[in-house]
Amino acid sequence: MSLLDATLITGVLAATLRLAMPLIYGTIGETFTERAGILNLGIEGMMLMGASTGFLVGYSSGDLWLGVLAAAITGVMLGLVMGFLTISIGAQQHVAGLGLTIACSGLSFYIYRITIENVGGIPPHVDPFHTIPIPYLSQIPIIGEVLFDQHALAYLGLILVPISAFILFRTRFGLALRAVGENPNAAATAGIDVFKMRYLCLTIAGALSAVGGAWLSLAESGMFLPGLTQGRGWVCIALVVFANWSPIRVLGGAILFGGIDAVQLSLQSVGWNVPYQLFLMLPYVLTIAALIAVSRRARAPAALLSSYKRED
Amino acid sequence: MNPIYGYGQLVYGALGDKLALTETFVIFAPLLLCGVAVALAFTCKFWNIGAEGQLYSGGMIGALFAVYSTSLPSIISIPVMLILAFLGGAAWAAWPAILKVKLKVDEVVTTLLGNWVMTYAVAAVLFGPWKNPVTGWPESPVIADTAKYPILIAGSRFHLGIIVALIVAAAFYVIIRKTKWGFELRGIGGNPTASYASGINVSRQIITAAIVSGGIAGLAGIGQVAGIQFHMTTDLSPGYGYTGVVIAMVGGLTPIGVLLASFLMAVIVQGTQAMHRETGVPWALAETIQGIILLCLLVGIFFTKYRLRRVK
Repeated sequence: MSLLDATLITGVLAATLRLAMPLIYGTIGETFTERAGILNLGIEGMMLMGASTGFLVGYSSGDLWLGVLAAAITGVMLGLVMGFLTISIGAQQHVAGLGLTIACSGLSFYIYRITIENVGGIPPHVDPFHTIPIPYLSQIPIIGEVLFDQHALAYLGLILVPISAFILFRTRFGLALRAVGENPNAAATAGIDVFKMRYLCLTIAGALSAVGGAWLSLAESGMFLPGLTQGRGWVCIALVVFANWSPIRVLGGAILFGGIDAVQLSLQSVGWNVPYQLFLMLPYVLTIAALIAVSRRARAPAALLSSYKRED
Repeated sequence: MNPIYGYGQLVYGALGDKLALTETFVIFAPLLLCGVAVALAFTCKFWNIGAEGQLYSGGMIGALFAVYSTSLPSIISIPVMLILAFLGGAAWAAWPAILKVKLKVDEVVTTLLGNWVMTYAVAAVLFGPWKNPVTGWPESPVIADTAKYPILIAGSRFHLGIIVALIVAAAFYVIIRKTKWGFELRGIGGNPTASYASGINVSRQIITAAIVSGGIAGLAGIGQVAGIQFHMTTDLSPGYGYTGVVIAMVGGLTPIGVLLASFLMAVIVQGTQAMHRETGVPWALAETIQGIILLCLLVGIFFTKYRLRRVK
């Protein structure tokens, strides 16, 4: 293997992880809500708002972590809005989610525009997060550079995966959460507060999706543009299904989808004349194929998309 | 800034003079078609969120014909173009419906992801074989003059597509209120089990409704091509398909409601552009308002269903 090949491979792999990161944050969040029975189509809007508020706070305070915190808080608030609509008043989940996304994709650019007076010229940007190489481990060829020379948010995202899997499948809380998504009435009979559980999942999901959005503005590009997420929220919706509602598989799926994107970008940069849109289309096509493949044994949480009415 | 002045500019910019009013109607046409498309599908609880993709599909197939139909007179080429656009949109709604009926694959996810598959497919063609060889823009060759919608009000862009949209809305009224099929669709929406028990072929009706719904969205696509752009482009619609969901819900899925809601949304879109020019308020406000209207509506629906009552 020549040195050039090694550099190229390292580059593609590192790009894969970078592109997978917002998907991991968003999809882990979405896994929580769908496991609890709520399809959150507001995720695209939550990511955009996270990217926007994260950038605005990071830019005006000069502290990127304050930006991440602001994004998380914004996400929590949007999760509460989504919760009020779908849990408290039992609105149809897909309509409420879509409404939230439409409102947020306008609002994210609106607040950016009224905060930052800049017409024409170079858009304002922050110095994005620097990577933190882990001593010794980052010296390993290829793997070291890809895995152990990353942004702090990436380490956090990678740790998030096993923690989420543990919470979902190995704790009482996770069992209760899944029960709420499978059969809310039975869960309520067993003494679980369905409303509280679903609200909790939506606030967690809101925070995670918004941080995933903030990754794009604070770690990746250092600036905010309208529609910065480029539909990554919808990729997350696809990825949850593709990963069969399991956090560990989310990691694999995110790396696959991120990898497709990375290969596409590097092919473009070396001037390969392939229609790169076909690569961008691939995650969606794969997910639809996966949906068809698993349809014989439906695995989605049984109560997904149905609102729960308290009986008292 | 004085908000009354700002919103005054919004209303004036949408309705204030002849040019503004005709431009509002130009936006009204695709919105009405998308609103009807979504409302028809929602009537029988086929949650078609894919109007955006169906719009592009219809526009693409219609344009494919319109570009090469130079030798045909308008009286033939426009109807053929409309039929092909209808079929193009219908095809893109048919597969999620078949998957739902045959394999119980959730149509919210498939129609949503289908939007992106279609968007990228169109982009692949327009950046590839159909790229403008002179300018390099992703746009098809200009369509035949005979396939262009005639302008109905001189000195404006008020084109035949607006009449097409109104005819489709009228047909929607007749279908829903006066035909057996419409009655059955409403029955399926109200209670699918009872409809099935009373001998209605629920599966077939859902597939038919999806096909007609997608076809109508396809007409919105070809309207943008033949009435405004005159070639296939990647920016036929700034999300009209998603706004269609807002319109269908705000219009309560009724023909009159959809008509009024799409006019309201057209006024907001057109008026915000004028307000942006006059006052500098960011245009992203339009999307924000649309989303917030939908969310407020969901809350409103709840309170009309459950009235507060003083208990003595």
